[in-house]
Amino acid sequence: MRRRSRTRTTLRALSVGAVLALLATACGGDSDSGETGTAGDASTKVKLQLQWVTQAQFAGYFAALDQGYFADEGLDVEILEGGVDIVPQTVLAQGQADFAVAWVPKALASREQGAGITDVAQVFQRSGTLQVSFKDKNITSPADLRGKKVGNWGFGNEYELFAAMTEAGLDPAKDVTLVQQQFDMQALLKGDIDAAQAMDYNEFAQVLEAKNPATGQLYQPSDFNVLNWNEVGTSMLQDAVWANTERLESDPAYQETTVKFLTAAMKGWIYCRDNAAACRDIVVAKGSKLGASHQLWQMNSVNQLIWPSASKIGLIDETAWNRTVEIARKTRNAEGATVLTQAPEGLAYTNDYIQRALDKLTAAGVDVTGKSYEPETVTLKEGGA
Amino acid sequence: MTGVAAEPGPAAVLVGDRPAAPRARATLARAGWLVASLLVVCALWEAYKLVGPADGGSVLGARLLPRSDDASMPHVWQVLERFGRPESAAGDSSSVLVAVLEAVWFTFRVAMAGLLLGVLVGIGLGVLMDRFTVAERGLLPYVVLSQTVPLVALAPLVVGWGGRLQIGDVTWRPWMSVAVIAGYLAFFPVAVGTLRGLRSPAAHSVELMRSFNASWRQSLLRLKLPASVPYLVPALRLAAASAVVGAIVAEISTGIRGGIGRLVIEYSREATSDPAKVWTAFTGAALLGLVVAGLVSLLDGALARYRPAGGQA
Repeated sequence: MRRRSRTRTTLRALSVGAVLALLATACGGDSDSGETGTAGDASTKVKLQLQWVTQAQFAGYFAALDQGYFADEGLDVEILEGGVDIVPQTVLAQGQADFAVAWVPKALASREQGAGITDVAQVFQRSGTLQVSFKDKNITSPADLRGKKVGNWGFGNEYELFAAMTEAGLDPAKDVTLVQQQFDMQALLKGDIDAAQAMDYNEFAQVLEAKNPATGQLYQPSDFNVLNWNEVGTSMLQDAVWANTERLESDPAYQETTVKFLTAAMKGWIYCRDNAAACRDIVVAKGSKLGASHQLWQMNSVNQLIWPSASKIGLIDETAWNRTVEIARKTRNAEGATVLTQAPEGLAYTNDYIQRALDKLTAAGVDVTGKSYEPETVTLKEGGA
Repeated sequence: MTGVAAEPGPAAVLVGDRPAAPRARATLARAGWLVASLLVVCALWEAYKLVGPADGGSVLGARLLPRSDDASMPHVWQVLERFGRPESAAGDSSSVLVAVLEAVWFTFRVAMAGLLLGVLVGIGLGVLMDRFTVAERGLLPYVVLSQTVPLVALAPLVVGWGGRLQIGDVTWRPWMSVAVIAGYLAFFPVAVGTLRGLRSPAAHSVELMRSFNASWRQSLLRLKLPASVPYLVPALRLAAASAVVGAIVAEISTGIRGGIGRLVIEYSREATSDPAKVWTAFTGAALLGLVVAGLVSLLDGALARYRPAGGQA
């Protein structure tokens, strides 16, 4: 009998545990919120995969959602956030998203490995990557990096830097000390790195939100020298909208969706050009945890990567594209690897769809070049608050 | 058959319930130790900040000692104080404490769902492998192999598959992917522990059941499962820890929103200018680990009667 009661108690104990766990999870089911838009039944469902979590870098898409531009085009858009190991172009190629935002060199590398994707709109026409150093290090050109501790993130984020060093006659493997950089900027502030990689819209702002222990005030832009790859001439194309090549070539409905999606998304970016603060608020409302002044800085900085648009927003400039491909093929990183082993084959980019979207917008009287765009002056507060 | 009664029993022996008063005192003492150990950790932290080199210590260029300045190691009270302030300057922003607790509660539920999944799958596999030698030979290598797949490679795949799933009216939610990943880590110790536990009764006990003409089910429920409790409890401990780690890492890896892993990413982006903030998220993750460990020891207590006392059946 003893054995029997023991069995029963075991089962009881286990079932109590199971019920508790079930209860705990049952409560979990209802409280998380999705990002689905609220368009009618007739609308086309579209998923957009971002590279990273919600922030002003993607403000145009959130604005298009918030302002109803996607719904106006009959699209029900769901925006999927990225994570540390989410590769947007892979998600797109595997069919789990209809469009993806990705940097051109990284997407081209995935393409070379078989991902069937096409750049359909070059949203950022300038590169946002900088190499930041304190004034007293006297680094005003790539050649000045000689003998310095040079930070980079690796993982394909380093090629503009390596191209610039190579062009200046430095051997990145011998003439500089390469330092693997974390995603915060402590190493620059502590002097572990002389020149640190930074996105103008994120890490550079973080530095300017930190207090300079020497003065008790925030660091100022005048405390730093900044190498801007757009000026050096080794910039590579970054955030672009990518579409699925196979569907683009065979599915007329997807072609139409692409035009509609780009029309609404570009309208979103145009809205953010003219309403930076409102777009900041939209991004904050979508759950970004970054501080308000940091987000506004980011919005303003991202706007400058787009506006004024020499061609028109989203159009892929052949010169910039070719330069990106050239650097991707020729420049070797610390491991001696290049991004691409050969020129991209097939439909790597097309202006067909963005052109149709731009025609629609122009016909509606929307300004798609932003010739008169003037950046705002954003004052960062401590911690980006 | 004559030896049966004199041999050590197949399973554990009942250990009588302890009287209530000493038990309450024991609980109190344990809580006291917990608080004391937390204080010791804080004291060690502050002590290192006092004596540790502000610029860290390097040997031949390799950093061995961490920096002890406020940006790298904020004071304990700076972290506590950060808990009390709002998350951001936005008007309706809640305090960091609320944000961290909400995130911990989210991840806790997801980890528990994963643990439940892992335990069910683990026990199921254990029973299956115990019943059929073929299953053991065929499955066990894969069970072991499953744990060598790097989580960071697996997580985006699971999230990707989940994104396309639609079971009846139930749409796959992102948190379910995290729970699956947590379960994937949790099932392993349970499967192995169950198998070992089910095999633990001595041959003569199994023979005894057989001589009674007990069915497979009867001998599983009456003999093998009770006998496996001492193996299951440590397996559960491991599984619970794995589920928590799995949930947090999966959140970081795939950026799924709501949990403490995501909060760690979010706050670490502000580490340059607001170093105390990311430590609040770390504290939250540690708290989650403590809570889950506490729950498992409660379960351990509930199953204490099955612990082998080295006595006779």
